[in-house]
Amino acid sequence: MSYLPDVAFQVLQSVFVVLAAPLLLGWVNQCRAWLQNRSAPSILLPYWTLAKLFHKDAVIARDASPIFRLTPYILFGCMWLAAGIVPVLATGLPFAPAADIIALVGVFALARVFAALAAMDIGTSFGGIGARREMLIGFLAEPAMLMTLFTAAFLSGSTQLTTIVETLGHREFAIHPGLAFAAIAFLMVLLAENARIPIDNPSTHLELTMVHEAMILEYSARHLALIEWAVAIKLFAYMTIGIALFLPWGIAPAEDWSALPLALAALALKLALGGAGLALLETLLAKLRLFLAPEFLSTAFLLAVLGMLTHFLTRS
Amino acid sequence: MQAALSPLAGSLAAVLAWLLLGLAGLAGGGNGFIARRIAFPLSALAGLVLAACGLLAVWNPAQSITLPLGLPDLPFHLRLDPLAGFFLLLLGAVSAGISVYATGYFREEAAGRLGLIVFQYHVFLASMALVMLADDAYLFMVAWETMALSSYFLVITDHRLPSVRSAGFLYLLMAHLGAISILLSFGVMNGGEGDYSFAALRAADLSPGWASVAFVLAFLGFGAKAGMIPVHAWLPEAHPAAPSPVSALMSGIMIKTALYGMVRVIYDLIGGVQWQWGMLVLAVAAGTMLFGVLYALMQHDLKRLLAYHSVENIGIILLGLGLSLVFAGFGQAAAAALGLAAALYHTLNHAVFKGLLFLGAGSILHGSGLRNLNDMGGLARSMPKTAFYFLVGALAISALPPLNGFVSEWLTFQAALQAPLVRSDTVRSLLPLFAATLALAGALTAMCFVKVYGVAFLGRPREPHGHPAARAPRDAGAWEQYGMAWLAAGCLVLGLVPTAILLMLNRVCTSLTGQGLAAEALQDSGWLWLAPTAAEQASYSPLVFLAVIVAVTWLTFILVRRFYHGRVRHADPWDCGFPEQTPRMQDTADAFGQSIRHVFGPVYRMDRHLPGPEDATPAYRLKIEDRHWYWLYLPIARLADWISGRIALLQQGRIGVYLLYSFLTLIALLVFVR
Repeated sequence: MSYLPDVAFQVLQSVFVVLAAPLLLGWVNQCRAWLQNRSAPSILLPYWTLAKLFHKDAVIARDASPIFRLTPYILFGCMWLAAGIVPVLATGLPFAPAADIIALVGVFALARVFAALAAMDIGTSFGGIGARREMLIGFLAEPAMLMTLFTAAFLSGSTQLTTIVETLGHREFAIHPGLAFAAIAFLMVLLAENARIPIDNPSTHLELTMVHEAMILEYSARHLALIEWAVAIKLFAYMTIGIALFLPWGIAPAEDWSALPLALAALALKLALGGAGLALLETLLAKLRLFLAPEFLSTAFLLAVLGMLTHFLTRS
Repeated sequence: MQAALSPLAGSLAAVLAWLLLGLAGLAGGGNGFIARRIAFPLSALAGLVLAACGLLAVWNPAQSITLPLGLPDLPFHLRLDPLAGFFLLLLGAVSAGISVYATGYFREEAAGRLGLIVFQYHVFLASMALVMLADDAYLFMVAWETMALSSYFLVITDHRLPSVRSAGFLYLLMAHLGAISILLSFGVMNGGEGDYSFAALRAADLSPGWASVAFVLAFLGFGAKAGMIPVHAWLPEAHPAAPSPVSALMSGIMIKTALYGMVRVIYDLIGGVQWQWGMLVLAVAAGTMLFGVLYALMQHDLKRLLAYHSVENIGIILLGLGLSLVFAGFGQAAAAALGLAAALYHTLNHAVFKGLLFLGAGSILHGSGLRNLNDMGGLARSMPKTAFYFLVGALAISALPPLNGFVSEWLTFQAALQAPLVRSDTVRSLLPLFAATLALAGALTAMCFVKVYGVAFLGRPREPHGHPAARAPRDAGAWEQYGMAWLAAGCLVLGLVPTAILLMLNRVCTSLTGQGLAAEALQDSGWLWLAPTAAEQASYSPLVFLAVIVAVTWLTFILVRRFYHGRVRHADPWDCGFPEQTPRMQDTADAFGQSIRHVFGPVYRMDRHLPGPEDATPAYRLKIEDRHWYWLYLPIARLADWISGRIALLQQGRIGVYLLYSFLTLIALLVFVR
């Protein structure tokens, strides 16, 4: 059965992503602390936080419906699935054809809808505000994200992430000016979708400015741990999607297991640089007012459209 | 014997059964038992028979029959081809669920009125089936008008309310404007030959100019029935006014007959598609989509909100149709088939999930007496079954995988991604922008249904102040649940086996245009993988998707339980330590729309009153109106008023003057006829 090593690799890669994701978050936090002249926490701190949360007893509001208790698992499952179809290390992923880039955006949307529903479940004022804001950012970010992905899809003639990586990374080394615009747009969407500065502040303590944090105020213990973990995987998945689209060099082609160590090293390097860059951005920028988010994200959308038009112009 | 088993005969039998059931309900008007317990379940059965016949017809060659009914020289021509079969499948399958639901819903209706409802309901169903079976313009228009009239009477079931009467009048007016436009389109296609059978219209050879005229007339006429902008104004008024099963029929099925008409006329009768038609359809589609969802976000009446979403979904369907027309105009048959398949797929999906959502809204109305979202809250606890089915519908309409709404939107995206095939640079760059509008509309829909579900079913019950109809909510009855369960299962099945549906639609496209999807697509698509163009270009497998997500979620659950614990304590909500929260502090439907009003302000005509700091009795008032009323409808109404005023001058009320008019007319005629 020639499928077997592929499936084994698929499972291994998914588990690897799930386990490695908090490390990336720890690295970003460490970099940010350095840049802000604080003494940095351990890079392993996210793991300790998760372990601590898992050990605690969950406290749930009396009014909670089943959706509230189910959502952390759904979020975690969605992010795990997303991590499974992104070619992080190699393109030989037998599950990848189950969902292309449009379905990938659909997975993120599914997670967002459930998070928002769970936020409204308890019936507190902050939960509703958080859900409303999250959906606002979501509907602004989704078209920009799709336009970015479409640019890559037009370049490679496919909406399969693995095929896109094969085309852009392995077959030709042409320079695509359209991708430059798309990359900036993608970066802006990444910041918005992952609740980072300038759209949201993951370490805020002010309830009135919260977006993502306001949605999960009612969660505790293992449920909170799963959500935090899912957030880490989402950041990891977005970073690796960005890498796959714009810096695909080093990702191992299908059936070439000897390239894996190199791919792992390349991934570590790219993520280390990307995480440091994210920390730098978060240090340099200030959080935008919520109603400037539409401007920010429509800029991203227009950049992505420009990228696509550039591609059409340079091709013809 | 052969004829008795044919799909056409079966469909006619179902139509006849519907008519007989309607008559039986009317005849037994005083007898509630017939209407409540017999008519609706049997009608559901007839619906299933019709669906089976439709499915058979898709896979069989077209059949036709001529019935010696109607006027002496104008017999009824009927024809059942794969396109009609597909729409009959939609009509039968969805109406079966709605009829089962209606069995429970109309249980408490007064017997006399119920007899009328049963009659109108079944005539409505039968006329929709005849619209799809008609093979000449004459029968088509007769069935079309019967459909409009029977649904008009259903809309004004609560005719004692002035708002319902005016909604009904608006509907009747728009339905007839649309019908005139369709009639004119048939006239143009016919070219003065006098034979109005579809075979003759098909054979007629139109110059490109006249074909475009026929197209625009048909597009406008059918669009008025479908609810596309700017001829949508009746839809958000009429659909919510009707009883909920009827709203479900109208939103789920009736507006789809307009889509059927469009596809039939454009592809089958006119033919020779020009790409400019597609661009027109795309522009209207994008506007309709965004308009529908943006106004839906502003609504707090649940049924009105759903009606605005019907407008939005018609936009999505038209988007697929428009893409198909553009590709067909540029001679890209496979891409055109993909666009058409996406449009038809979404037609079916929308019928299923919008039917389900309207039924859910009906159960809320029945169970709690509430229509206004701002009065609801926490219904998931008092009506858990309804809450579950409504959640399925809400996820499906929000185009979330692995349910059915996602598949058709995915196919529409794939069709838009075929843009590089188009030879014109401008058109090629525009097509992905329409896809972006679809992405925006899809995300806004998700926001809207988070609002609906969060405000109505989640959270805590709000005190419905001063609402006379409000009562302690109770869950839907058994029949209502069966109806919703049928449609919810439809959402799941249509989402999980897209390849089977796509093969069926491929057959419909092939029979219609002579060419179907790309050959690689059919080769690469197994039962598991959906690959509408070729496997290396795009693929999607909802079954694998669902299996992975369920497996991973379950595994996570098991692992957490295995390595840690499942201990739970129940407490009051935390809410950042604020102890005095009341249900009134929750987000309302209007509050949810606030950010949208901020971002898309110019789209709305807003009349907002904010209380000042010195107000002794502070009150917040917000009124959102449709801009179309002010730049389109009211000027036309004023013009019509003005013209009627001028014409009224002719009416002096004296018989001598009228006789003079007759005399002058006769003279004029004699001069002309001479």
